[in-house]
Amino acid sequence: VVDQDTEPEVVVVGVDGSEAGKRAAHFAGRHAREGGATLVVAYVVPWSQYAVQTIEDNERRPVTKERESREAHATIVDPLVEALSADGVKAEGVVRHGHPAETLCDIAEERRASHLLVGRIGQSRVRTLLFGSTPGNLIQIATVPVTVVP
Amino acid sequence: MSTVLAAGIDETINKNFETVSTAIQKVIFYSVKVAGVEFPLVVAWLFVAAIVFTIYFRGINFRGFKHAIQLVKGDYTRPDEVGEVSHFQALATAVSGTVGLGNIAGVAVAITLGGPGATFWMIVAGLLGMASKFTECTLGVKYRRENADGSVSGGPMFYLSRGLAEQGKAGLGKVLAAAFAVFCILGSLGGGNAFQSNQAFAQMRSVTGGDDGPLGGGASGVIFGLILAAFVGVVIIGGIKRIARVTDKLVPFMAVFYVSCCLIVLGANASAIPEAFRLIFAGAFSPEGVTGGIVGVLIVGVQRAAFSNEAGLGSAAIAHSAVQTNRPVTEGYVALLEPFIDTVVICTMTALTIVITGAYVNEGTEGVQLTSQAFETVLPWFPNALALAVVLFAFSTQLAWSYYGAKATAYLTNESRIADTIYKAVFLAFVVIGAASSLDVIIGFSDAMIFAMSIPNLIGVYLLMRVVKRELTEYEADLQSGVISKVDA
Repeated sequence: VVDQDTEPEVVVVGVDGSEAGKRAAHFAGRHAREGGATLVVAYVVPWSQYAVQTIEDNERRPVTKERESREAHATIVDPLVEALSADGVKAEGVVRHGHPAETLCDIAEERRASHLLVGRIGQSRVRTLLFGSTPGNLIQIATVPVTVVP
Repeated sequence: MSTVLAAGIDETINKNFETVSTAIQKVIFYSVKVAGVEFPLVVAWLFVAAIVFTIYFRGINFRGFKHAIQLVKGDYTRPDEVGEVSHFQALATAVSGTVGLGNIAGVAVAITLGGPGATFWMIVAGLLGMASKFTECTLGVKYRRENADGSVSGGPMFYLSRGLAEQGKAGLGKVLAAAFAVFCILGSLGGGNAFQSNQAFAQMRSVTGGDDGPLGGGASGVIFGLILAAFVGVVIIGGIKRIARVTDKLVPFMAVFYVSCCLIVLGANASAIPEAFRLIFAGAFSPEGVTGGIVGVLIVGVQRAAFSNEAGLGSAAIAHSAVQTNRPVTEGYVALLEPFIDTVVICTMTALTIVITGAYVNEGTEGVQLTSQAFETVLPWFPNALALAVVLFAFSTQLAWSYYGAKATAYLTNESRIADTIYKAVFLAFVVIGAASSLDVIIGFSDAMIFAMSIPNLIGVYLLMRVVKRELTEYEADLQSGVISKVDA
């Protein structure tokens, strides 16, 4: 339970580098600014501990993980945080590895966020049937209200 | 004229290689007489080590099983470790390299030489070997090196040199590490390579019509070898990692497919299962018609088990050491599952299939063809599927071993690029030699080289097992007290 009196409100927005993610971030930014909340811009590098890799991939994994995080910051998260800050939003960025929906929920819980937002890319029904979608998964497992921005 | 020449290529390669192979075998398999039977000391060396580690770590192979599964499932993976190499991934990679023709053709060799009873000793050696694997893989992680670029290198070269240096035996450590690296390079050419292409070719040849088929000619081994070498070369020299990634993803499915097929064959012969077990048990203690009686069958079983699961050889420690963990012993736990999957499950399945169908009494069939025949009695289409699986297993095992060999070469030559290229070229040549030679010559050479690795490796592991004990005791205490606990999902 968030203690509204002492802790500032936190809102988490999940982004993925797509236009929809950007729209969601700006939508979230407007609401955060109006409500005086902090906006956490989160990017999750899809990763499964069960994905089979080659020995060489394993050997270089620490380097690869570092690079993936750095690139996600540089190309996706940091530019958004900058743009939002310029608009007067209290924004910060975070990059994590893991299952996208589950990790977004983890971040929301850790930050005691009151609200989670994501964009949707409008993928085909077949793709959603086969692989599911992050907004779809989020709605099933999130412990805070979720807003999907079209 | 050219056809006459071509017809003789496979034979010439075989003959020359045989001379070298026999000479090497004489040294490595130096035997003493035990109960009137020639007992190769190196086999006893591996078997005794597995028993010593099992006792020293109070049966970690059995009592650590459940915890190993929990670790693989990620129950203890902290959030900050997500995105790094998981226990599951380290195990999967190691198993991909280990599961190969040893599980399919090697078992057939064991039963041909030792009768059904060899299965029993393979299983025993597999269960005990879990303790050897536990010990060496814990050391692999404990003494791995973080390179300047952030990547990690581990394995016997590192625990022998760094671990023994820590105990004030730097000189001995260096010698053992260098000896291991040399044998590892040679082992990567034999069991990890030539044996694989030899048996892949044997199966391809047999499904395409044997001697009368397109692969029946006198140079077809060389041709098949060249094609396989081209694929291996594209990955290890050309750097086309995509092929390796696809192969590594397919191997687990192929292994499941293979075991499923074994179960189908066993199901079709369900009423014969008790008799098969009787044959295996009876054959283990009072074998009929096996050279050397009980000692003879034990030697065969232990030898083929070690060839298949590599416990005590040190090779797997190279693959396991990439895992992300700050407690080396956790990877030891996970690694003990490897001989279990490889030998206790997959090899036993192959053995039961061969014994239950009675295929092993057929004279003149050897190696992979024997396994193939056993399957054919129930699943007529199986030899073709097996040919595909065998090529894939061979390929993935070759890629894994070329990596081990390259690491050993890098260690010996201080990461020389020229040496790396030379090693890889020689490795490719052995893909061809393997396909062109006969099974007995190849398996003799492969055994000798692989077993030689266990000599420096196990000397070092004995000297370092106290370190593993300390790690294990501390870890168990932390588990007990709750310092280490499951991470809530």
